[in-house]
Amino acid sequence: MVKKILSAYCKLPYCKVISSLLLGLVLLTLPFITDYALGRIWVRILDFSLLYIMLALGLNIVVGFAGLLDLGFVAFFAVGAYSYAILGSPHLGIHLPTWLLLPIGTVLAGFFGILLGTPTLKLRGDYLAIVTLGFGEIIRIFLNNLNAPYNLTGGPQGINLIDPLNFGGISLSQAGWFPAVYNYYYCFLVFVLLIIFTTHRLQYSRIGRAWVAIREDEIAAQAMGINTRNIKLLAFSMGASFGGLGGGLFAGFQGFVSPESFNLMESVMILCMIVLGGMGHIPGVIFGAIVLTVLPEALRYLGPLQNNVFGKILVDPADLRMLVFGMALILVMLLRPAGLWPSPIRKQEFDEAIEDSND
Amino acid sequence: MDIFLQQLINGLVSGSIYAIVALGYTLVYGILRLINFAHGEIVMLGAMIALSVIGLLTDSGLPGLLIVSLGLLCAIPCCMLIGYLIERIAYRPLRHAPSLTPLITAIGVSIVLQNLAMMIWGKEFISFPPLIDVQYFSISEATINSVQIFIVIVSTLMMTGLNYLVNKTKLGNAMRATAQNAEVAGLMGVNANTIISLTFVIGSALAAVAGMMVTMNYNVAHYDMGFMLGLKAFTAAVLGGIGNLRGAMFGGILLGIIESMGAGYLGTLTNGMFGSNYQDVFAFFTLIGVLIFKPSGLLGKAGGERP
Repeated sequence: MVKKILSAYCKLPYCKVISSLLLGLVLLTLPFITDYALGRIWVRILDFSLLYIMLALGLNIVVGFAGLLDLGFVAFFAVGAYSYAILGSPHLGIHLPTWLLLPIGTVLAGFFGILLGTPTLKLRGDYLAIVTLGFGEIIRIFLNNLNAPYNLTGGPQGINLIDPLNFGGISLSQAGWFPAVYNYYYCFLVFVLLIIFTTHRLQYSRIGRAWVAIREDEIAAQAMGINTRNIKLLAFSMGASFGGLGGGLFAGFQGFVSPESFNLMESVMILCMIVLGGMGHIPGVIFGAIVLTVLPEALRYLGPLQNNVFGKILVDPADLRMLVFGMALILVMLLRPAGLWPSPIRKQEFDEAIEDSND
Repeated sequence: MDIFLQQLINGLVSGSIYAIVALGYTLVYGILRLINFAHGEIVMLGAMIALSVIGLLTDSGLPGLLIVSLGLLCAIPCCMLIGYLIERIAYRPLRHAPSLTPLITAIGVSIVLQNLAMMIWGKEFISFPPLIDVQYFSISEATINSVQIFIVIVSTLMMTGLNYLVNKTKLGNAMRATAQNAEVAGLMGVNANTIISLTFVIGSALAAVAGMMVTMNYNVAHYDMGFMLGLKAFTAAVLGGIGNLRGAMFGGILLGIIESMGAGYLGTLTNGMFGSNYQDVFAFFTLIGVLIFKPSGLLGKAGGERP
């Protein structure tokens, strides 16, 4: 029945236009609907989902397209966030405008991407994973300890009172027409759409195809005349700069940054979003990012749920939350090893691989 | 010179523990090409189970050493069972999936085990009861205590035992054959599933002992102690060349010594700019440095990836 309606709908003239318009309408009204249905706190979660979509799409370039397993992605997020925080807060008394802060963070993160990429060009697979992981830890430890001899990062306390995002004299943190979280939603939405557009165009460009070629077989790609060194570095710096942009937005949105936000678990989480959603597939990655941001928050309702079912709280919901989350990760991967929403080609490859192994 | 010897001893002790944990990583990696992220949690569970048993028996009046051994004897089979179950439930169904998929389940298992431990044993630090008379020996300016000597001796014994098991016995032969090519090993009459299960069980037994050693060395256990320890041990395994047993032992001890030397000398070397809080950075920089010049680890074989 649903299929029939869908296929009939797809035969309509202008069906793509209608779908886009509908999607646009939903995206524009989403904060209002969420606020009305679930409460203000969920609009904030919506903002975070958009942030994580940016990060996941950035990491997707490195892991999904180029096939380079990166476990230290959060380092670039941290670089973006801290450069915004240091140059736009009373911490050092510097207050650069947002339109300068965001590009600085983006470029700096891209530079750090090259810094990480250069020594790791020869490494493959799991060796690369552990070096990137080490890199992420190095950045975090430096952030944690650079409050002496010169107080650059504020140490474990981090940096407070960061300037909010401010475009043309309009601060997003001040409720104008809309409450502040709505402003951030629309701001992040614009950036997310921009990033989706960029990655989508990249994917089908010469560079994107070169990335996929390296992922599938590096030696063959080299034989085809691809400059693997430059293309790999490009993947690292491209992904990192998306992370840096996300970091800057995060700092402006949150108002404070501390090394706590940039631990290894965060990198792992972003990686999970990609793999869970469907590696290398942009809609899948977006879906994965939304699911993994919303799920841990939704699991906070386990407390009231227990109350309703058993009449009392049996297990502390805060403890149960991550437990259920971990189980969900395992279950999804067992049931859908290619991810929740894999690209059609990838799904086919998976099915073939499984058939081969059954022979 | 005085602090050199002391740091060398400390490094050797923590390095022996890293080496034992790293062996678990490298055993599994050698056969399945899988980073078993949950291995650190098995170490933690080993420590927790042993401490619970010890806590129950503290007032029983039995001699301290016997209680500690009983704790260890309970922890080892429990960890073996947990290791077996993890492989059976989370990894075996995904054996033919690309490597990132089981990596995510491994992370999931790690999260589940950590939170289970938090629910069972709570968020507080659990301390090791003072059951053993710790004796201190001094070598010139440095001191070493009996627990540290015990740790070094036991880990050396375990490493030798494992080396013998893998290189000299029939089981070890089957393990190496499966690691090289599971299909051909199957044609030769090796049951790959059994071998893989056994690998996990052996690795988990090592992890249980390592967990016990960690709590004895630092006198505390905590539900998230496995994570950082696992990370360090994995780093050690990669440093030595992952998939290579001797590499893991060597890498573990080297990492332990590098770390404690870093903690001891970083302050004086940099004129107080960087203190011992940078010791982890030091370890990771060493790792990156080694991998730049020797991309397959110190003792790893150079050459292409296995198809």
